[in-house]
Amino acid sequence: MSYNFKESLMKKERFTSGHRMCAGCGAPVVVKAVLRALKDEDHAVIACATGCLEVSSFIYPYTSWNDSFVHTAFECAGATLSGVEAAYKAMKKTGKLPQDKDTKFIAFGGDGGTYDIGIQSLSGAMERGHDMVYVCYDNGAYMNTGIQRSSATPKFADTTTSPAGKEILGKQQSRKDLTMVMANHHLPYVAQTAITPNFKDIYEKAEKAIYTKGACFLNVLAPCPRGWVYDSSELAKINKMAIETCYWPLYEVVDGKYTITYKPNNKLPVEEFLKLQKRFAHLFKPGNEWMIEEIQKEVDTRWEELLRLESM
Amino acid sequence: MKERLSGNEAIATAMKQINPDVVAAFPITPSTEIPQYFSTFVNNGTVDTEFVPVESEHSAMSACIGAQAAGARAMTATSSNGLSLMWEMVYIASSLRLPMVMTVVNRAVSGPLNIHNDHSDSMGCRDSGWIQLYSETNQEAYDNMLMAHRIAEHPDVKLPVMVCMDGFITSHAIENIELENDEFVKDFVGIYKPEQYLLNHENPIAVGPLDLQSYLFEHKRQQAKAMENAKKVILEVSKDFENRTGRKYEFFEQFMMEDAEVAIVVLNSTAGTTKAVVKNLRSQGLKVGMIKLRVFRPFPANELAQALSHLKAVAILDKSEGLNAAGGPVFTEVTSAMQCNGISNVKTIGYIYGIGGRDVKTSDIESVYTNLLKIKDTDQIGNIYNYLGVRD
Repeated sequence: MSYNFKESLMKKERFTSGHRMCAGCGAPVVVKAVLRALKDEDHAVIACATGCLEVSSFIYPYTSWNDSFVHTAFECAGATLSGVEAAYKAMKKTGKLPQDKDTKFIAFGGDGGTYDIGIQSLSGAMERGHDMVYVCYDNGAYMNTGIQRSSATPKFADTTTSPAGKEILGKQQSRKDLTMVMANHHLPYVAQTAITPNFKDIYEKAEKAIYTKGACFLNVLAPCPRGWVYDSSELAKINKMAIETCYWPLYEVVDGKYTITYKPNNKLPVEEFLKLQKRFAHLFKPGNEWMIEEIQKEVDTRWEELLRLESM
Repeated sequence: MKERLSGNEAIATAMKQINPDVVAAFPITPSTEIPQYFSTFVNNGTVDTEFVPVESEHSAMSACIGAQAAGARAMTATSSNGLSLMWEMVYIASSLRLPMVMTVVNRAVSGPLNIHNDHSDSMGCRDSGWIQLYSETNQEAYDNMLMAHRIAEHPDVKLPVMVCMDGFITSHAIENIELENDEFVKDFVGIYKPEQYLLNHENPIAVGPLDLQSYLFEHKRQQAKAMENAKKVILEVSKDFENRTGRKYEFFEQFMMEDAEVAIVVLNSTAGTTKAVVKNLRSQGLKVGMIKLRVFRPFPANELAQALSHLKAVAILDKSEGLNAAGGPVFTEVTSAMQCNGISNVKTIGYIYGIGGRDVKTSDIESVYTNLLKIKDTDQIGNIYNYLGVRD
């Protein structure tokens, strides 16, 4: 069935309002968009790594999750959900669960819980091939503890552990390309996506990830107004510029085959993305032009690599 | 039926007979054989279990938590650093009130690295909210496993259970064992019917909240209450087991304690060595006895204090260093129990022994009794914090 924006928005909400995520945060938008891809008749068990999403959506005795939900610790959403999925298989096999009802398994983790402290647990769960989707909402730093750098933080970004100081100007290392790392796990489905105005890209990728048998991975850009320092009304614009500059390319890898799902007609310079965020303010000071050039070079190299992979 | 099995084989046999829904485990000496044997059962279709060959012990415990919260019966096994790596999740398992069962094949915790037996691993997580059952022999390890789920899953308890036995000494030594048949185990252990579970699509639940100042204290109080309740349940389940198998279990075993003047308190396999010494000394007319603690969590403080109250002197043996300048964990808890029960006329000393698999000979245990008898005769206590078999 082809994507229908209006119909998808009419589906019952699985993640309710009343949670305590910040205005202008990308994460709850990502969660809602991913969960819309679930068929109405399917039950889901959602696992969550410790992070902003978890501590803002399930504060005892309230929960925003209409499906079953489990949180254990920071680094083990992958392993926790693999246990749930194993239980499902065993209990279905022995008739302890109804045969005519499907349950889907979705994990959410921020870049801290996914790229860094949770990468072992994630890699293990994916390699074992549990029938689940792991969704990383990547906001590019440890936002829950107050904006510390992560391996997903872009080069030169100002964070509380990589401050733009007098001598050292922000994070000195490039960001880890986790989507590629996961693609090289040779999973049936890996995709990188973001929020677009009609939610089509994320919906279709989430649907494929949820309904492809086996372990699937989605990496979704999730801008953070506090860490990236932008006005909460700018969320859509930041997402758009991340995509139009190819800072955050939209693509999928199906059984090893790369497909770029959006190619800008006019690839914008990366500063169009950077200038919207105060975490990059120091890049725009006279004499620091080289920093933007370096980021541009990195974006170009990675984009060209992606084009090459797609052509193979 | 009679068999000859190692401790690890006995545990794996119990797991096979229990036929849990999920086993998630990562190999570590000396418990490695348990997932090895068990995955053979899985791949030969002997059990219905989903075996999750995780990439670490942290993930083993995380997967067991996920599975048990999902509504399954989950089990794992580990030792030493494996348990250390699980640490964070061990606390989470008990706080989420998930009645899983884990075998801990006791081994020294690093560092430096050592693969042999002491109790620093399970003693290190004595306050993690898990029930801890200790086993002298392969038979006791097997029997504790059969009782563990009944205790854990009881509605008044809902706490995870750790079944402990000594690495190599019990896990690898082949001894005679009396096994129950599969039908007995199935009937005794029963079917697990959780009230609420993740996979119940008709009543979805949320597990593992952010639990702040307004609620965490009450939740911890409930957890503590469950541990108190476990005392009654352990005795009930043990009595039922005794009625049906003839094998008696309580909080602790009292060996020649009735008229004893001095005694040793000990856990796990060293109890076997101690019994041999007690018999030998008894043949010389010396009134010595032994208490072997089976249940360390919940701690049977009052019962233990009463059982020691008629003695002149007692030595508490710890196979883990408290590193607190005051004594090992069993010593400090037993002496505290005695104090709280108003028992002040029994001289108490502690020994640290067997660290890192240091051999414990009958002559070592004899030297403890010699010291206790001297204390009884002279009324002079000497050193309270002692070591057995260490080079100074």
